[in-house]
Amino acid sequence: MIETLRLTAEDAAGMLERGEVSAAELHGAYRAAINERDPELHAFLTTVDEVEGEGVPIAFKDLISTRGVETTAGSKILAGYEPVFDATVASRCKAAGLPLLGKTNMDEFAMGSSTENSGFGPTRNPWDPERVPGGSSGGSTTAVAAGLAPWALGSDTGGSIKQPAALCGVVGLRPTYGTVSRYGIVAFASSLDQIGPITKTVRDCALLYRIVSGRDPCDSTTVELPEPVELPGGEDLRGLKIGVPRELNETEGIEPGVSDRVNSALELAKELGAEIEECSLPRSVDFGLPCYYLIAPSEASSNLARYDGVRYGHRSAGDGDLRELYARTRDEGFGDEPKRRIMLGTYALSAGYYEAFYGQAQKVRTLIKQEHDALFERFDLLVSPTSPTVAFRLGERTQNPLAMYLSDVLTIPSNMAGLPGLSIPCGLSEGLPVGLQLIGPQFSENTLFRAGHALEKALGFDFVPERLR
Amino acid sequence: MVAISRDEVLHVAQLARLDLTEQEIERFQEQLNAILEAVGKVAELDLSDVEPTAHPLDLANVWAEDEPRPSLSVEEALANAPDRDGDLFRVPAG
Repeated sequence: MIETLRLTAEDAAGMLERGEVSAAELHGAYRAAINERDPELHAFLTTVDEVEGEGVPIAFKDLISTRGVETTAGSKILAGYEPVFDATVASRCKAAGLPLLGKTNMDEFAMGSSTENSGFGPTRNPWDPERVPGGSSGGSTTAVAAGLAPWALGSDTGGSIKQPAALCGVVGLRPTYGTVSRYGIVAFASSLDQIGPITKTVRDCALLYRIVSGRDPCDSTTVELPEPVELPGGEDLRGLKIGVPRELNETEGIEPGVSDRVNSALELAKELGAEIEECSLPRSVDFGLPCYYLIAPSEASSNLARYDGVRYGHRSAGDGDLRELYARTRDEGFGDEPKRRIMLGTYALSAGYYEAFYGQAQKVRTLIKQEHDALFERFDLLVSPTSPTVAFRLGERTQNPLAMYLSDVLTIPSNMAGLPGLSIPCGLSEGLPVGLQLIGPQFSENTLFRAGHALEKALGFDFVPERLR
Repeated sequence: MVAISRDEVLHVAQLARLDLTEQEIERFQEQLNAILEAVGKVAELDLSDVEPTAHPLDLANVWAEDEPRPSLSVEEALANAPDRDGDLFRVPAG
């Protein structure tokens, strides 16, 4: 019997290599864990029986196209849709021999911060099932935290990897924009969407990033990594300059317990040899959220125009002409949040408002990028909490869209600038995990892994949820 | 700040091809106004000298070789069609 709760992907790979376990047995152990714990947690929308590959199994967020395996993006409008091709990240995992365990739950079209916007029911947090796992990649982070998958892929537009990783006590990387292919990913906001790893350890995160990253001829926005991915091993932070942006660490709404854990981690970083200094992002935090909620819905309103009931997905049954078919299909198929964002984006792009909203938001994006660039002339990394709060209760923010949007206030600014961010667990507050966000300049993943690994070792966080130990 | 009227909600829903219910029209009018009030603060900044950013990487002229490669077969392309007529997607007339 393989105990999956503590098993890292790296350890699982070691067991396979030494012949202590077969790929089929390993896959079977995770499937058994899914059968045991997922009826309560609902991390998976689809599970896969065939074991294709000799490596460590993996779970994909349900917006990654998998040939012949249902892919819904958490939306009823795509219920039953079986892609006829694989996303590039899926092909790369296949080529690396990673068998698929299944597809994980998510907020519909990745729009949300709690996984409650799924068209197929919410996922629950393995630390406390009365609470949300965060989102939108809450299915993937729950699967990894609860030992239902050794590692998983998620996607991050405004914080959808980092924030649920923080709330579930696991490691999540939002890579530099353009380093991981978006070919075959169900699109939300194309200038922001990035695929990234969700794992138990920083080393696992680097291993999976190595597999999925790199230029893809099928996605013209991808680039080759400037240097190979290094597996981190060092346990000190000597020579590293860490900036602590005031606005990201003192914004209204950050829980005192969250600040305490982050400050302790910073003390530890100092002991490990890092130089730590306060700094400022004067406009990025104040204007980041408004900027995001104009740009992302605008791009979404365009990307989601394809769901018309003609080529795939749900089609409304009633009578009427083609125009009526489109409008009814879309009203029936989309949930509340996608409709709200399509409306907001269509409004922001419509005649008379384009310059005031979308055009202005694109200029704010330039300011945010410049502010971050300036800090990276002085610092190697910036640090803040990943989420202002620990996991909140189911239903707590569903009636107020703006309260839900604030969940991502600390992850959005660096996302707007295309920067990589790593969230690692840094302790508990009220018995729930707190995430530490490390942000670096573009293509600085190796530095993030190095710092994340050293801190992870020093923090000694136990990633197995207390109630499952 | 601009307030979004009921007529504008209907106009935007029509542009977006969403056949909203009466309840949705009312709810979205209220929620869109609240969201626009919060995000409208971007208009406060004087950014006349700032260039817009459409994309976070400085990429220009990404070329690809013009080489044919296999594409989807007709059967694959139609595999998820809600309705078809031979090799065609079928939709209502009008």
